[in-house]
Parts: sequence; structure tokens; C-alpha cells
Amino acid sequence: MSKRLESFIGWIDERFPLTANWKAHLSEYYAPKNFNFWYYFGSLAMLVLVNQLLTGIFLTMNYKPDASMAFASVEYIMRDVNFGWLIRYMHSTGASMFFVVVYLHMFRGMMYGSYRKPRELLWLIGMGIFFILMMLAFTGYILPWGQMSYWGAQVIISMIGAIPVVGETLSNWLLGDFMLSDAALNRFFAYHVVTLPVLLVVLVVVHILALHEVGSNNPDGIEIKANKDPVTHIPVDGIPFHPYYSVKDIFGVVVFLIIFTGIIFFAPEMGGYFLEYNNFVPANTLQTPDHIAPVWYFTPYYSMLRAVTINFLWIDAKLWGIILMGGSVAIFALLPWLDRSPVKSIRYKGPIFKFALTLFVISVFVLGWLGTKSPTPLYTILAQIFTVIYFAFFILMPWYSKIDKTKPEPTRVTE
Amino acid sequence: MADIEKKEMNSRRRFLLVATSVAGGIATAAVATPFVMSMLPSERAKAAGAPVEVDISKVEPGMLLLVEWRGKVVWVLNRTPEMLATLKKLDGQVADPKSEKDQQPPYAQNETRSIKPAILVVEGVCTHLGCSPVYRKDIAPADLGPDWLGGFFCPCHGSKFDLAGRVYKSVPAPTNLAVPPHVYLTDTSLLIGSDRKESA
Repeated sequence: MSKRLESFIGWIDERFPLTANWKAHLSEYYAPKNFNFWYYFGSLAMLVLVNQLLTGIFLTMNYKPDASMAFASVEYIMRDVNFGWLIRYMHSTGASMFFVVVYLHMFRGMMYGSYRKPRELLWLIGMGIFFILMMLAFTGYILPWGQMSYWGAQVIISMIGAIPVVGETLSNWLLGDFMLSDAALNRFFAYHVVTLPVLLVVLVVVHILALHEVGSNNPDGIEIKANKDPVTHIPVDGIPFHPYYSVKDIFGVVVFLIIFTGIIFFAPEMGGYFLEYNNFVPANTLQTPDHIAPVWYFTPYYSMLRAVTINFLWIDAKLWGIILMGGSVAIFALLPWLDRSPVKSIRYKGPIFKFALTLFVISVFVLGWLGTKSPTPLYTILAQIFTVIYFAFFILMPWYSKIDKTKPEPTRVTE
Repeated sequence: MADIEKKEMNSRRRFLLVATSVAGGIATAAVATPFVMSMLPSERAKAAGAPVEVDISKVEPGMLLLVEWRGKVVWVLNRTPEMLATLKKLDGQVADPKSEKDQQPPYAQNETRSIKPAILVVEGVCTHLGCSPVYRKDIAPADLGPDWLGGFFCPCHGSKFDLAGRVYKSVPAPTNLAVPPHVYLTDTSLLIGSDRKESA
């Protein structure tokens, strides 16, 4: 480093903790040396976040949050704005890829027990991010004001109306009208471009601060901080994030961008899974499309919503569906307290956990697939069975994680 | 400082702390009020719910007319005698055959759920989650099974309603389709959104 640059950084350091932060979060943040493939998705989620923020800003320059103009303004972006199609496809593909990387990131946490002590709060902050992300996806999907935007929003808003006593008032307050209309589109735009992104960015920063406080978990699920070099006090199984993992993550980014741009240029609609064909029709408030389904990342929850067809315990089927749908997302937050296994990582957990996790993943995929289909009696029964399996994974965990036959954890991370 | 003085200081401190917190809390609530209230339906939105008048003379038997009222779809269905005959047969399969739940004005709480037996006026809004069901007058189609006698099927979550808007048992929707307030101004002119002729 040249003398001049060094003295300039010294000047800054006296006024702002620049070098101290660089060290704390990058060059002297010691991460376990055994990270594998599953550890790409946190940094990839940040990349997608930046993509969404940047492309989003450019989309607002031409989009009009007005029920009579919204659909046409999206068409205008697609057809007449220079590179508008590219910016919009980057944003719409980014939305789906956000969920891809976040789901893989969460699955990593479930496999290696990253939610266990001392990372409970880190997991909860992550759940907060997941919730905000779902709200962003929902409000964003309304903006083109196509048939799916309108009827998808109609279904979700009706859920709020189903809350006993206050539901109706609450939904009028949220919509700013007695039905889904221009007022709602206008305010959902405000949430989508200001409120929610600000909250998301703040939560991501908090998530990283919490991570760097407790330190990263690893595929062996053991604490590298328990074994520090007596002289340097650096974990013996730790390596500095920069340059080791910054370089690894850049490799991940390159591979990700190949896939990402491939989708943008060759299959931005992804066969109707990323952008639904019914949404290329302007919203018609008098007619629901013959087949409506949410975007793929919401289909498992949507399946559970419509799986309940009987009333029991004084609660009708409709409210049960809503409770199950909300519960299926919220229950992830309880994982740190449901898992009673003596070990964290799947590598040392017993056969019951491996079986349960496999069954859980299968049920998520089956429910997701069912959510894209029109309901038939057979599909409804399938959805009911897999909803039970989905919840059983969580509810029975305190029991099966305790009786499972685990292997002893190593004292050092394995290669 | 003596202990007694110290104690007094602490209790004064605590009092001031509580008083400031309460005052601050009240001020925050007061400032939040206009923002929260601004999100309620505006005066313009409240004024937009006027009744609509519909000419039903051209609605042939078996035909469904879509009318927009308060941003919602209202169906006007002219039922044939065969269609009306299906209602009795379905009494055992629907959840609320006698329309006992408050989903209709008293004048539509009857066997056909209508003022005139043939003409059904209901909101085409599924009582589950607000989708608009599809009018399926075809009998025993492949997707709805051999027992289907005609009715409305919600594509969103599979709720089924008969030709009087009565909900089938064991579907997600909890209640019958709502009958909006309506009144006949003349034999062929229908006012939706009001019970009384003078408000036309």
C-alpha cells in the first residue's frame, strides 16, 4: 500500500472505524474451513437483493401505480422502453431466484442444525427476512394488475377478512376501499418500493451482525470457537473470510449468473412458473380465470390453505385453512426449540432424522406441485396427507430427535 | 448524600421517567392517528357504493347476466323449471339447505333464494376467499362427477354451489353465496343494492 493511501485511510480511521470494520467482518472474520456447496446461498441471496434493488429503481421510472394505467405501463416497459424487457425480466426472474436461494439457504440450516444454540436469534432474524420477502413477492405480484395479480390478491385479502371480529375493518383499512381497487394498488406500490425494501435491508444487516457475533456454523455442526490457538486466539479450524471465502463466493456468483442470465434470455416465463400466462390478461373484476394458482414459491402453502374441507373444534374449514397456511410458515421459527438432538449436523444424526427430513422435503415438493393444479377429490386427499406429514416433521421432532441414535461429534472439523 | 435523600431522589427520578414515558407515548399515539386514519377508505370510496339498475328482459332462461355493483360481480340467473327442480334433490348435499345463515335479506330466505322463483340474484363472490365461481350448467361433466346437476364451481379452491347459490358440504367455502339487497322496479327492471323502490 502506498504511503499516501495509508495516510488517507489513517485519516478516515480517526473519524470512522473503517479498518476495524473491514477486519471484523472480512479479513479477520474467521469462518470454519470446511464450508461446502451449501454455503453459497447466503452470499447469493445478497447478490439477488442488490439485483432486485437496482432493477426495481429503474422499473419505477416507467411504471404507473394506477389501476387504469398499470397494465399498459408494464407493456410499455416491455415493448418501448430501451432494454425495458431486460430490466423487467431481471427483476421478475430475480424474484423467483430469490426464493430458490433462500429456500436452499434455509434447507442448509435444517441439515446442519444452524438454528441450534447459540444461533436461535440468527435463525429468527432470518425468519423475519423470509416473511418480509414473502410480503415483497406478494405486493410486487399485484403491480402489473393482470388477472393473476388481481385474483391472487383477492384471495389473500379475503383471508384477512376471515379473521373473527376485526377482519372486515382490518381489510378495509388495508385496502383503503371496500374491495380490491386502485387505492390498494397505489398503496401496495408504496409498500413494495419503500417500506418493505428498507425493512429488508435493515434485517439483512442485522442478520449479518448476528452471524458475525456468534460465528458461522459448519457441516459438522461443531463450534470452532471451542478450539482456539492459545497464542493467537484464532480458532484453529477457522480461516479468514477474505480472501478465502470471498474468492469461493465469487466462483458461486459466476455459476449463478450463468444460470440466471440463461433464464432471463431463454426462458423468462419458465413455462408459466415464473410469470403466469393468465397475468398477460388485464385484471377483470367480474371474472376469475378458470385456473388460478400462485407463483411456484407459494404453492406448498396454497395447497395447505385449500386442503381443509371439514369444520372441527368450533372453527370452520376456511379459518382452519388460513391457520394451517400461516402456521406452515411460522412453525419454522420454533425449530431451535423443537430439535432436542444431542448433535447439530445431519452427519451425526441418526436414521430417524434423515428419514423425517427426506419425507419433509418430499411433502414440500408434492404440496408445491399440487398447488399448481386445479383441485380434484384425489388431489385434495393427497394435499391432506402431505399437510399432515409436513406438520408431523415439526410437531414430532421433540420426540424423534431425542430417541434417535446419533453418532459422536468429532472435536475438530472434518475435511 | 444521606440514604433518605437518595431514596427520595430515586422515587422522584422514577416518577419523572414514568411521566415522560407516558407523555411521550400519548404524543406518539396522537401523531400516529392521522397516518393510520389516512389509510381507511376515503370519502370518495365511501360515496361510490350507489345501487345499479338492470334491465333483465333479455335474460333468456338458462342465461347468466353479470352486473357490477360496488366493484363486485352480481349474477342474475334466469332458471328454467328443470333447473329449479334440481334444488329439491340437492337438499341433502348442501350445507345450509334452508338458508338459515344470514347470507340473504328475509325476502330471499326461501326455497329458491329469490323474490321471483326463476330469477336468482346473488353476489358472484365465493364465500371462501373471494374468487368468482364459474357457471357450470352442464350436467355430469367429467371433472365434476356424475352427480353434478348444474351449479357454480370455484376454480380457486374447488368450492361448489348449486343453482340457488347454496354451498355443498365438505368444500372450503363456509356459507351460501350472499344475496345482495335488491328490488323489482317493474317486471323487467331490477335494482341491485337497495330494498326500496324510492332510492332508484
